[in-house]
Amino acid sequence: MILGRWEGFMATGYTIKRNQYFDSVFLMQVAKRLSEEPGIEQVAALMGTEKNKGLLAEIGFENAEISSAAANDLIIALKGKSPSTIEVILENLDAWLFRKPVGVSKAVSRTLDEALARQPHANLAVVSLPGEYAAREARRALERGLNVFLFSSNVPVEDELSLKQYARERGLIVMGPDCGTAIIAGVGIGFANVVRPGPIGVIGSTGTGLQEFTSLVHQGGSGISHAIGTGSGDLSDATIGGISTLSALEALEADPQTNVVAVLSKPPGAKTLPLLVERLNRCRKPVVACFLGIGKYPSENDIGFETARTLDEAAALATQLAPGKPVVRTGVGSQEVQALVAKERAGMAPEQKYIRGIFAGGTFCYQAQQVMREAGLVVYSNAPLDGMLSLADPLRSEAHTLVDMGAEMFTEGRPHPMIDATLRRERILAEAQHPQVAVLLLDFILGYNASPDPVGDLLETIAEAKSTASQRGGYLSVVASMCGTEADPQNLREQTRALEEGGVVVLPSSAQTALFSRTLALSL
Amino acid sequence: MKTKLEELLQNGPVVISLGVREFAESLQDQGVEVVHVDWSPPAGGDAEMAELLDKLL
Amino acid sequence: MAKDIKTRIETANAEAFRRMVAADPVLVDVAPAGDVIPGLTDKMVLHSGPPVDWQRMSGAQKGAVIGMLLFEGWARSKEEAIKLLEDGAITLEPNHHHQTVGPMAGTITRSMWVFVVENKAFGNRAYCRQVEGRQQFGDSSQEALQDLIRWHDTWAPALRAGLRQMGGLSLKPIIARALQMGDELHNRPHAASSLFANAMAVPMIEAGIPKEALISTLRYLAGHQLFFLGLSMAAAKATADPARGIEYSTVVTAMARNGTEFGIQVSGLEGEWFTALAPPVKGLFLPGYGEQDAGLDIGDSAITETVGWGGFVLGGAPGILSFVGGTPEEALSYSRDMRQITVSTSPEFLIPALGFEGTAVGIDVRKVVQTNIPPIIDTAMAHKNPGHPIIGAGLVRPPLDCFKRALIRFAEKYGLK
Repeated sequence: MILGRWEGFMATGYTIKRNQYFDSVFLMQVAKRLSEEPGIEQVAALMGTEKNKGLLAEIGFENAEISSAAANDLIIALKGKSPSTIEVILENLDAWLFRKPVGVSKAVSRTLDEALARQPHANLAVVSLPGEYAAREARRALERGLNVFLFSSNVPVEDELSLKQYARERGLIVMGPDCGTAIIAGVGIGFANVVRPGPIGVIGSTGTGLQEFTSLVHQGGSGISHAIGTGSGDLSDATIGGISTLSALEALEADPQTNVVAVLSKPPGAKTLPLLVERLNRCRKPVVACFLGIGKYPSENDIGFETARTLDEAAALATQLAPGKPVVRTGVGSQEVQALVAKERAGMAPEQKYIRGIFAGGTFCYQAQQVMREAGLVVYSNAPLDGMLSLADPLRSEAHTLVDMGAEMFTEGRPHPMIDATLRRERILAEAQHPQVAVLLLDFILGYNASPDPVGDLLETIAEAKSTASQRGGYLSVVASMCGTEADPQNLREQTRALEEGGVVVLPSSAQTALFSRTLALSL
Repeated sequence: MKTKLEELLQNGPVVISLGVREFAESLQDQGVEVVHVDWSPPAGGDAEMAELLDKLL
Repeated sequence: MAKDIKTRIETANAEAFRRMVAADPVLVDVAPAGDVIPGLTDKMVLHSGPPVDWQRMSGAQKGAVIGMLLFEGWARSKEEAIKLLEDGAITLEPNHHHQTVGPMAGTITRSMWVFVVENKAFGNRAYCRQVEGRQQFGDSSQEALQDLIRWHDTWAPALRAGLRQMGGLSLKPIIARALQMGDELHNRPHAASSLFANAMAVPMIEAGIPKEALISTLRYLAGHQLFFLGLSMAAAKATADPARGIEYSTVVTAMARNGTEFGIQVSGLEGEWFTALAPPVKGLFLPGYGEQDAGLDIGDSAITETVGWGGFVLGGAPGILSFVGGTPEEALSYSRDMRQITVSTSPEFLIPALGFEGTAVGIDVRKVVQTNIPPIIDTAMAHKNPGHPIIGAGLVRPPLDCFKRALIRFAEKYGLK
C-alpha cells in the first residue's frame, strides 16, 4: 500500500495485488461501491493492462511500481479527502473483493478444460471476457464441441468470421460477439426476461430487441421456444453475411417446439439482405421479419413472409401466426392516447416543445427514431438512423434528441446503463434544466442481470426533474416503457406501479412510448 | 443426425461460464448446471506465450 | 499441422505419465558413490541443480564443496580447497547428469556412500546421498564433517548389510503408506523414516552387524526424522528418469536448483536445461536467522515434486505447515492447483484429505505457462554464506521463465517457429 502526497487538499493512495485476476464488470461494481464511501472522491479498480495503466496515468497514478504491474495484477487507486480514509480502505481491500463462490463443485476451475473435466456434458460456453481474450477462449470452446454465447464486444471482425465459419462447419453456433441475450429451452442467458415457453422461436442481432419481443409475446399470452442472439454484426456485409442467423434459422426449422420463426435485426447489409430474403422465403415455417429502420426490401413483391415495422408489430404478428392462438393486440387504444396526450400537455409552458429520449436500450433508441421519422419528425442522436441528425456533442442534446446511453463512449470503463443508472441520472437532470424540453422519454429493462431495481434507481431523479420544470412554471411529461414480465426477478407490476405513482406515463412497449411522445410533441 | 446446435435447443444448456460471474449465478438460479471458470489471462497476459500455446495446447 | 502436433504432444505426455506411475523403485544397495555412480571420477564433485562453475556457485554450495574436498582428503584446509577449486583442479558436475540427486548443496564424491534405488519396472537405477543438517548446507567445519565420517564408517555399511540380508527393500509400499500418514516425503518424511527403520531393524540384527555399530545405526535411524528424504529423492529420480527423452513430450523430468539458478528439464528436450535466477524461499526461520541471511533456493529435492510428492501433496500433510508456514486451507488449495498443471493423477498414491484423490503427476510445461501456476515446492533454506547449518524452511515456486524458455525451445525444436 502506498499513500500519496497531498494534491490540492486531496489524498491519494493505491495498492497492487499481484496475481489476482478479477473481471472488469466485477471491478466496476467494486469501484462503484468504493466511490460511495464517505470521503472518497475517485476510485479506479483495474487490472494492470497497458491500456488500464494509461487510464491510471491520466488520473495521476503513474510510477515504476504501477508500470511493473501485469495483466493479472489488480491495481486499486483512490483519491479522497484524507489519507486515513484511504488507508482504512486499502488495508481492508479483501472485504471489498470478497465474492461468494459459484459452481457445482467447491473446487475452482481456472481453465475451460478444467471446467470441462468437471462437467463433460456441457454444450454451451458463455464467454464474457475482455474482447482481446474472448476469441481465443471461444475458439477453444468450439474445438471442444461447445456452442458459444459470446457476450464480449470488441472482438475483431476477422476473428468473428473465422469463429463463425468454424462453428458452421461443425453444426455449432456462435451467438455473438456482442450478444447480450438468449433464451434456450426456457433458460435465460445474459440479459433475458422470464417468459412462458411456447411456439415462437426468435433470432435477433439485437439483445434488447429480443428482450422486448419475448416479453411482448409473453404478455400477449403466447410463449417462446428459443430466442437466439446472433450478435450485432451478424447480418452486416463486412464478411459475416448472416452465418449465425442462418444456423439459427435451420435449427429452429428443425426444432419441433417451434411453429413460427421471427427474425429481428437492424437492416441487413445490402449484399446480405437478398440472400436472407431468399432463405426466409424458403423457410418451412411461417416467418415474421422485423428489420428496424429498413428503407426498402430488394423487391417487395417477392417477399414471402410477414414483415413488421416495430418490435410490437413483430410480436403481435408472430403471436397471431402461432396456431390455435387468438389474435391479441397489445397497447392502448387511440382514444386513450388522445386523452393522455391532452392531460400531459395541459400543464406545459408555451416554450416547451422538445422530446428528449434517454435510452438504456440501443435498439429502443433506434426504433424510436424510426417512429419519429415516419411522422417526418427530425431528431438528433448519437446513433442516428438514416435521415436523422448526428449530435455534435453526444453529451449535449439539441432540439428533439434521442440518446443511446449504452453507446461505447458512455460505457467505456463503466457498467452498462441497464446495470448502473448513474449516467442516465446525470443526463436526465441536465435535460430538465432546459425550459424547452417537454417530454422525457425513458426505457426500463428488467430481467436477469439487469439492475435489481431499475425504477428505484431513477425515481428520485425523475421527481427532481419534474419539480425543476414545475418550479419554472411548466410541466415535464415523463414517458417510460417497461421491458419485462411479471415473472422477472424485479417484478414488472411493482416497478410499473412505482413509476406511475411518480407521475410517469408507463406504456408496455418502447414503440408505444415513441409513438406517444411523437403525438404529444406534434400537438405542441 | 442432429447438429450440436439442435441438441442444445432440444436438451437445454449445460454451461461453462467464462467471465462475468453474475451470468453464471443467474444461470445457477434458474437451476442450470454451470461450472464457472475462475479465469485469468492465459500465460499471465504474455501475448507471445498465449500465441504459442494456441499451437501446442 | 497444428492439430497434429497437439495430438503428438498428448500421446507423448500420456506415455511419460504412464512411465512415471508404472515405476517400481526398490532400494537395492547402499554403496560408495565411486563404485556405483556412472561417470563419477576422481577429483570430481557432483552438486545439485543445473550446471554451475565455481565462480557463480552459491555460498552454501561452495561451503559444501569445500567440505567434500576436506572429507576426501584432497585438501587439508579450506584455503587449500579453495585454491584447488579456483585452479580448476576439481571437476564440478550436476548430479542429474549422473542419474543422481542430492539434497541442498547435493555434494557427492567417490567416497560418499549413496543409496542405490532400482526401478524394477524399467531397470534403471538412481542414486542419492544421505540427508544431514550441516555439511550439505555449507558447513565445512570438523564437527560438520563428523556425521559424514560416521555415515561412511558405520551407518551406511550397516544399512548395506541389512539390505543384503533382506535382498532389497521395495519403497513403493512405504511411500504409499506414508502419504496416507501425513507425510509429503520432502520436508516431512517422518512416517516413512519410521517405517523404514522398522523394516531395517530385524534384517540388520540378522545380518550379524557388531553390536556397537548396530546400536549406533539403529539410534541414528530412530532419531533422524528426515532420513527417508534421501530415499524418497532416489525413488523419485528412479521414477522420473524413464520418462526422459520421449519425443514431443512437454512433461518435466527434473526440477533442480543450485542456489544460483533454478533449472528444469523436459522430456521432449532431453539433455537441455531451462534456467532462471533461483528464487528466494518464503517461510519460517530457525532462531537466530532471518530473511537477510537466506540464500536462494537450492537442492535436487524438487525431484520429489517432479513426480508429484512434496509441495504437490501438502494438502495431505498439514503437520508440515508448522515448519513451512501457511494454513490447512492453503495447503489443500495448493494440491488442487497442482492438478491443473499435470497430465493426470496417480492411481496409487492417494491422499485421504483430498477425498482419496491421487497425487498430481506429470508437470506439463504448457499447462504451467497457460495457467500461470508454477509448481509449488516446500523446501529447507540454506544460508547465503558458507559455514552455516540449516536456517529455516518454507515454500518456493520456480520462476515461470524456466517454463516459458522450455516452451519456446520446444516450438523451435519441433518446427513451429
